[in-house]
Amino acid sequence: MTVGHLLQQRLRDARWFQIAGQAAILLIGLFALDFGVTPTQIAAAIGAALGAQWIGALLVASRFDWKSALITGLSLSLLLRANDLWPFVLAALIAIGSKFAIRAHDRHVFNPANIGIVLMIVFTDAAWTSTSEWGSPIWLAVLIASLGAVSCWRASRLDVPLLYLAVYAALIVGRALYLGDPLAIPALRLTHGALILFAFFMISDPKTTPENPSQRALFVAAAAIIAYVLQFHFFISDGVFYAPVLLALGHWALGLAGLGGAYEWGRPPPPIRFRDPTLHGSARPAPAE
Amino acid sequence: MSRPTLKKTLIAACSAIAAVTAAGGAAAFCGFYVAKADTKLFNKASKVAIMRDGDRTVITMSNDYQGALKEFAMVVPVPVVLQEGQIHVTDNAIIDHLDAYTAPRLVEYFDEDPCLVYERQEMAAPMASSEDIIVTGSSRKKGLGVTVEAEYTVGEYDIQILSAKESGGLAEWLKQNGYKLPDGAEETLGSYVRQGTKFFVAKVNLKEQGKTGLKYLRPLQIAFESPRFMLPIRLGTLNADGKQELFVFALTRTGRIETTNYRTVKLPTGSNIPVYVKNEFGAFYKAMFAEQVNREAERAVFLEYAWDMNWCDPCAADPMSNEQLRELGVYWVDGESGAGKPSLRRPAPSGGPQDVFVTRLHVSYDAQHFPEDLMFKETGDRENFQGRYVLRHPYKGDATCEAGKEYRASLPRRYEEEAQTLATLTGWDVDDVRAQMMSGGQSFTPPPKQSWWENLWGKDDRKD
Repeated sequence: MTVGHLLQQRLRDARWFQIAGQAAILLIGLFALDFGVTPTQIAAAIGAALGAQWIGALLVASRFDWKSALITGLSLSLLLRANDLWPFVLAALIAIGSKFAIRAHDRHVFNPANIGIVLMIVFTDAAWTSTSEWGSPIWLAVLIASLGAVSCWRASRLDVPLLYLAVYAALIVGRALYLGDPLAIPALRLTHGALILFAFFMISDPKTTPENPSQRALFVAAAAIIAYVLQFHFFISDGVFYAPVLLALGHWALGLAGLGGAYEWGRPPPPIRFRDPTLHGSARPAPAE
Repeated sequence: MSRPTLKKTLIAACSAIAAVTAAGGAAAFCGFYVAKADTKLFNKASKVAIMRDGDRTVITMSNDYQGALKEFAMVVPVPVVLQEGQIHVTDNAIIDHLDAYTAPRLVEYFDEDPCLVYERQEMAAPMASSEDIIVTGSSRKKGLGVTVEAEYTVGEYDIQILSAKESGGLAEWLKQNGYKLPDGAEETLGSYVRQGTKFFVAKVNLKEQGKTGLKYLRPLQIAFESPRFMLPIRLGTLNADGKQELFVFALTRTGRIETTNYRTVKLPTGSNIPVYVKNEFGAFYKAMFAEQVNREAERAVFLEYAWDMNWCDPCAADPMSNEQLRELGVYWVDGESGAGKPSLRRPAPSGGPQDVFVTRLHVSYDAQHFPEDLMFKETGDRENFQGRYVLRHPYKGDATCEAGKEYRASLPRRYEEEAQTLATLTGWDVDDVRAQMMSGGQSFTPPPKQSWWENLWGKDDRKD
């Protein structure tokens, strides 16, 4: 009972699910997909993220929050590639540094791993994203989505990946219909492992998505539209990653960040704002409170 | 075809044996140069070289078109209307050289007398190589709905740049002009038309072709600026029966390229394989490639070579000269030759004076598995990669010393490992592989184990 209770207490924090999911995907990537990242690079990304978080926490005299930093390190290991170690370290420092340095309304503005990746690939040739490592095998897409769905749901953000993918899908299917292309083309794009990972594990970060559901929907739809426009009209293959940064910049510039209050890790999914059938008695039992 | 090059330096990487000295020379080279199975290895193979720097692009298209020249025609979607000076014809040899330089290679080592010094040498052999979008037909007369933006004769080709407002109009125009369009062409052309693409249509000018005195068609080159880094393969899948092979050679400044919409996978490399493969390296490479394609559910693009153009190790052919690179569109190198001249495994100059990075991608594609054109991106990855396979010839001499006995006792296990590796790489039956090895005199039976006392007092005083 005590162990079960403790476990329930612990698992309240959605980040446990996110860490488990990302670690599992990283292992699959390393062993089944031949990801071009070395154990040393992974260690460097995670180590630098944890180190920066620790120093940041000391400076602002807050609690050392290792889980978020670990997630940032894992995200960088999953999506960023480089020949050397330092781009991973620098990306992690930018990511965590931005959390402490760039804030509005008592929240950080940028998705940490996302801003780390974007600044590195825009301003250096030493790092790149390797979306081609993922490919579009269905099993991988389903696996990432399943792992991601659990942590998103626990963080009250399952609406984010679903809406993001729905808007993105509508755009690329619409494009295919307009061009007269076979639907195999949008299908190929939609099942791309890196896109699914981005939807379920990056843009769904509750700390950098608006707390208010309708604002959040607007934010997510805009991210999908920007990604689509960058990819298919400006031919920027990393458009998916640029979108949240552009949105956060816009959001910040307009002074909108923080509207609707800030998300706190460990909070149960709010039953009123977020109508999740699992909380209201249907198929699955309600999660432990 | 370029001269194959013999390496003089050592390769320590893939051997457990410590002391390695250089051996060989031109003579050894001649004796051991492995039969090469070059561009004819794959049917329906096309080779495309792409220089890409920012938006600047030069595409060199070479194909193995075998039919009657007057029947030849190709339709290539291009992003912009090309001026005459943006179209050029080059020599086959230059693409062949690039092909040979980047080809998967076989290297040989010879075990030395285990009782003496270990000495090895190693050789490289260029291998196999490698369009696009060919729609056969011959020209007749014009229809309507299509604008001929420009017409040029460049080398042996008559070229038209078309733009169209409607796909139906373009398909009709092509048909009226004698092009036999495969089923589905109208939809695919329509997609390109709606994306604002222009069309580059080339046919052979028989008179001009006669002047060249060549029996084949030379590669066509186009230079343009476009943010789109891609290669249109969709039209080519329409009239294909079965899969087509495409080799893409990218010349970039920053680093390796990869496909963004398909998985890019490194070809397995560095394996020790049985020495009999020397005589059938072509078959080995083909079988291995087919096996890897299947393993990736037929949806992957394979990286076969990624290297700084200043050097190679081992070299399957000399690095390209500056003139050759400029011919392929690498505008930032000097025309003067110098760097890039034949080099035998030169150490990598840091940052290299030329800054040319070459990527070789190989894809076996059809419409079902590759519905979309190949979309590329350039990465900052400058890590060298090559498809390289190793033959280790066992020592054939007596080697009666203790080390020699141990060496011989270790051979059956080594043969078994080589057989398993080859079977796994190619999907060949391991029993067949073993049979081939045995017919070459390689035994899988360990020598009878000797007791410790057998050589204690020598054999002199024993009767027999």
